[in-house]
Amino acid sequence: MLIPHPLLGLRDSQEFTYLGDASLMNRPDPSAPDAEAAFCDYVFLRNNPAGVHRELWFHEQGDRSWLIVTRNTVTHEILGAELATDVKLGGAQ
Amino acid sequence: MTRLTGGLIDRTKPLNFTFNGASYQGFEGDTLASALLANGVQLMGRSFKYHRPRGVFSAGSEEPNAIVELRSGARQEPNTRATVAELFEGLTANSQNHVGPLHRDLLAVNDMFAPFFAAGFYYKTFMWPRAFWEKIYEPLIRNAAGLGKLSMLPDPDDYDKGFLHCDLLVIGAGAAGLSAALTAGRAGANVILADEDFALGGRLTMESDPLDGEDAQVWVAKVKAELESLANVRIMPRTTVFGVYDHGIYGAVERVSDHLLTPGDKVRQTLWRITAKQTVLAAGATERHIPFADNDRPGIMLAGAMRAYVNRWAAAPVKADNDAIAIFTNGDDGHRTALDLIAKGAKVLGVIDSRADAKALGSYEVFAGATVTGTKGRLGLKEIEITRGGKSTWHSVGALGVAGGWNPNVHLTSHHRGRPVWDESLLAFVPGQGGPKGLIPAGAAAGKGGTATAMADGMRAAIAALSELGMTANEIALPDAVDASQAQAAFWHVPGKKRAWVDFQNDVTVKDVKLAHQENMTPVEHLKRWTTLGMATDQGKTSNISALAVMAELTQKSIPETGTTIFRPPYTGVSLSVLGGGDTGPLFRPSRLTPTHHWAEAQGAEFVEVGPWMRAQYFPKAGEKTWRETVDREVLAVRSGVGLCDVTTLGKVDVQGADAGEFLNRVYANMIGTLKVGMVRYGLMLREDGHLYDDGTCARMAEDHYVVTTTTANAGAVYRNMEFYHQCVWPELDVQLISTTDAWAQIAVAGPKSRELLTRLVDDFDLSNEAFPFMACSDLTICGGLRARLFRISFSGELAYEIAVPARYGHALMERLMEKGADLGATPYGTEALAVLRIEKGHAAGAELNGQTTAQMLGLGKMVSAKKDSVGAIMSRREGMGQDARRLVGLKPVDPTKQIMAGSHLFTEATAHTMETDQGWVTSSCYSPHVESYIALGYLENGDSRMGEIIVAANPLEGITLKAEVVSAHFVDPEGGRLRD
Repeated sequence: MLIPHPLLGLRDSQEFTYLGDASLMNRPDPSAPDAEAAFCDYVFLRNNPAGVHRELWFHEQGDRSWLIVTRNTVTHEILGAELATDVKLGGAQ
Repeated sequence: MTRLTGGLIDRTKPLNFTFNGASYQGFEGDTLASALLANGVQLMGRSFKYHRPRGVFSAGSEEPNAIVELRSGARQEPNTRATVAELFEGLTANSQNHVGPLHRDLLAVNDMFAPFFAAGFYYKTFMWPRAFWEKIYEPLIRNAAGLGKLSMLPDPDDYDKGFLHCDLLVIGAGAAGLSAALTAGRAGANVILADEDFALGGRLTMESDPLDGEDAQVWVAKVKAELESLANVRIMPRTTVFGVYDHGIYGAVERVSDHLLTPGDKVRQTLWRITAKQTVLAAGATERHIPFADNDRPGIMLAGAMRAYVNRWAAAPVKADNDAIAIFTNGDDGHRTALDLIAKGAKVLGVIDSRADAKALGSYEVFAGATVTGTKGRLGLKEIEITRGGKSTWHSVGALGVAGGWNPNVHLTSHHRGRPVWDESLLAFVPGQGGPKGLIPAGAAAGKGGTATAMADGMRAAIAALSELGMTANEIALPDAVDASQAQAAFWHVPGKKRAWVDFQNDVTVKDVKLAHQENMTPVEHLKRWTTLGMATDQGKTSNISALAVMAELTQKSIPETGTTIFRPPYTGVSLSVLGGGDTGPLFRPSRLTPTHHWAEAQGAEFVEVGPWMRAQYFPKAGEKTWRETVDREVLAVRSGVGLCDVTTLGKVDVQGADAGEFLNRVYANMIGTLKVGMVRYGLMLREDGHLYDDGTCARMAEDHYVVTTTTANAGAVYRNMEFYHQCVWPELDVQLISTTDAWAQIAVAGPKSRELLTRLVDDFDLSNEAFPFMACSDLTICGGLRARLFRISFSGELAYEIAVPARYGHALMERLMEKGADLGATPYGTEALAVLRIEKGHAAGAELNGQTTAQMLGLGKMVSAKKDSVGAIMSRREGMGQDARRLVGLKPVDPTKQIMAGSHLFTEATAHTMETDQGWVTSSCYSPHVESYIALGYLENGDSRMGEIIVAANPLEGITLKAEVVSAHFVDPEGGRLRD
């Protein structure tokens, strides 16, 4: 697979390390009253969609940036890639 | 000899080879199959199940019958197709799958038991008794069946892998492929032209039709010369594109030196990963046959293959020159073969055409509305039975060509689950929608097989492909060519009572297909598995569609209603050697060497793999008989004097920024932000699920600068994880991370004399306990100006330091320490002594942090700060985790000479050893020269309140049960006075 790195252009997926669902960026509020339950969901529960999936890839053999890659898990079509930091600071998820 | 005139062989270059021990001669340009045919050899192998004598059936990679063991010794390669084995001087080949000589195979008796070996026989026959499977049935079957044999020797050749990128990949260099490559090449596109054959031209090398009124080879040579002259075109003969992967990535194998006796200084094969923006699939078509009674005798082959042998290789497919040849066809293509045979001077009996209105296209006899209904000749075809209007006659022939139509090679178009669609006018499946993005089928592969049509289609495909890339390609002047008539009438098999083979390699007959139908295995997927149709090494290239047609007839459905098979990679077999690409043995992955590696080598150190690193394990001295003797000496040297150990492999992460302390507070369970500049603190990392993840030291070099360490094994993962929290979770923090593991060489200087030794190296630096106490750190210079970092930390429990210098000075630093410490008894020690020292001190390492343990279990539960949030803090307090009562303890065997094996489980005395009574397990164990006993660490239920109790460590795997005393995990200096002195 080829991943369109927002800074470096098309890069081979072999340069990356895969993590999984981009919802991992939404770490629950540890001070909330139901924090333990929220963390339980956060740590153990993930969607596993057949279709469009936003997921985290680390450019380990490259510039060491974490990307959010939007990929169709059925066709492996990649619909886009963003710097995770940009997304997080922009507030969008 | 049955060599004809002409052909694309170089008669000035004869090549000697042997087949089953007999010597033959062929010419450069021959394949093994063509050379054998030219020597009158028809019998080339035995079938898989019935051990029927078989001859060559095709002239390409689809070959089901002529499967041989090529070469000898370590290079012996089983299951090689004689049809694609390029002849070389000294080639040796042996037929396979027979017991005794090829012409008298003892296992041919299987053929007499054929009624028992019908479809599904494996499933039905060997059901019981169950124990017989492993001991009797399977060895018997494996011995009797099976294909060629491996040499059982290591492959002596080199393999490589490489990466290529192009605008346009053209797969196949036949009429369509050449015109596509030329069109795109002239347009300036970056083109790769790959073909599995060693010659360019595809079917153009095998047909007699002229181009521009002259031999087609003239045009092929002109195109080849032009393509070679273009810097933007790469021609790759002997290269099979075997699979389509995501995003325009193609897998290809180049057989670099398969055509040589030995590769010499070349690699044997190269695995190419080709990234193509666009691709033209010009893979051509594969001819199919028409099953009829006893259709598998040597001498019966595809009519198109026969044409290839006479035209390209000047090899008549008969044993003797005057043997007659017949053609059995359902269309005009068979007549084309008859005409070429006649033109080459071969004796043609006639053409048996299933069409009632068939006409001769030249001077030969036509048996219109007739079929072949039987054959004779055990080791080679002697007679055929021709039946017309219910009347049968036997005719003497030496070979029979069968022409059942052509199947486009759609394989690569279905690698992403694209399904081929039925074209009723072509009587064939052609590429359907949903093929790989950017892959354009052209020419015969797209069902456009006439020479003129294919050339035009190749050009069209190239222009279309380049326009997708925003490039303009102009039409090229194509040579004058004609499309041979492809008229045919559907005729799929000759009905009859005798066996008619559909899949030659796996011995599947029309009867087997019928049986599958009777037993309701009618879906194509079931048919395949019940009969093993199409599951041999040829993957049914010549049989799948015929079987489908028979099944369609039986179910009274149309062929497209019956279904189709789609194809997975690889297109043809790919050797595991080339998939490994040379990454075998020590080359499997790179070894990382520490800065003192060569120094340690010179000292005679033994090395051990630790993750990707090679580390010195111990440093044997002359006279030491066992590794234990060496390790004990090294340990005692540290406890009594000073020892030196390269600890560079521990991960180092440099953390800088105004929020560095805050960031570390969040990723470490304990408080790091409050650390004073110039001090070090032990850091404990949890996973978000609350379990222990990693540990190390955090040194605050400046207000906004920390250097943290990780375990060797987790160095990469911990850094990645820290970047995750930095970039994905808390990007608002002002902090930057970089891994500096490779940048600094770090040496542990441990033992009561370590201060004295270091005093001799530092430049004007106060090492006194007051100025530089336990857990202090500092930048400094040593040896007259060398930049260094000093940490007063101890893994051994002794007064100890770790000193870091830029990596390139690591070797020199070790030499200097040894030199300056000679009178102090400075002793290098390896990972074994390192482990003994830390077990004696009760320090946790990988075995204690195995992913299932918690801070509480280490006795460090209080370190998980409640004053702040950190990764894993919430989950570490959840129900079940917080209450875990297992604690790290030391264990001393009652008999000090008995080793408690790591992994042993702990039980109270006089209880059964079950899951329910299990009280914990042993994590680490060693012999302690300090305690003068074997010792161990382990996790034990309520272990911290059971000091002095005798428990049982059980190792049921080896039947060992030992009694041990529960003691403090700190066997050395439990008060910690030594490291604070």
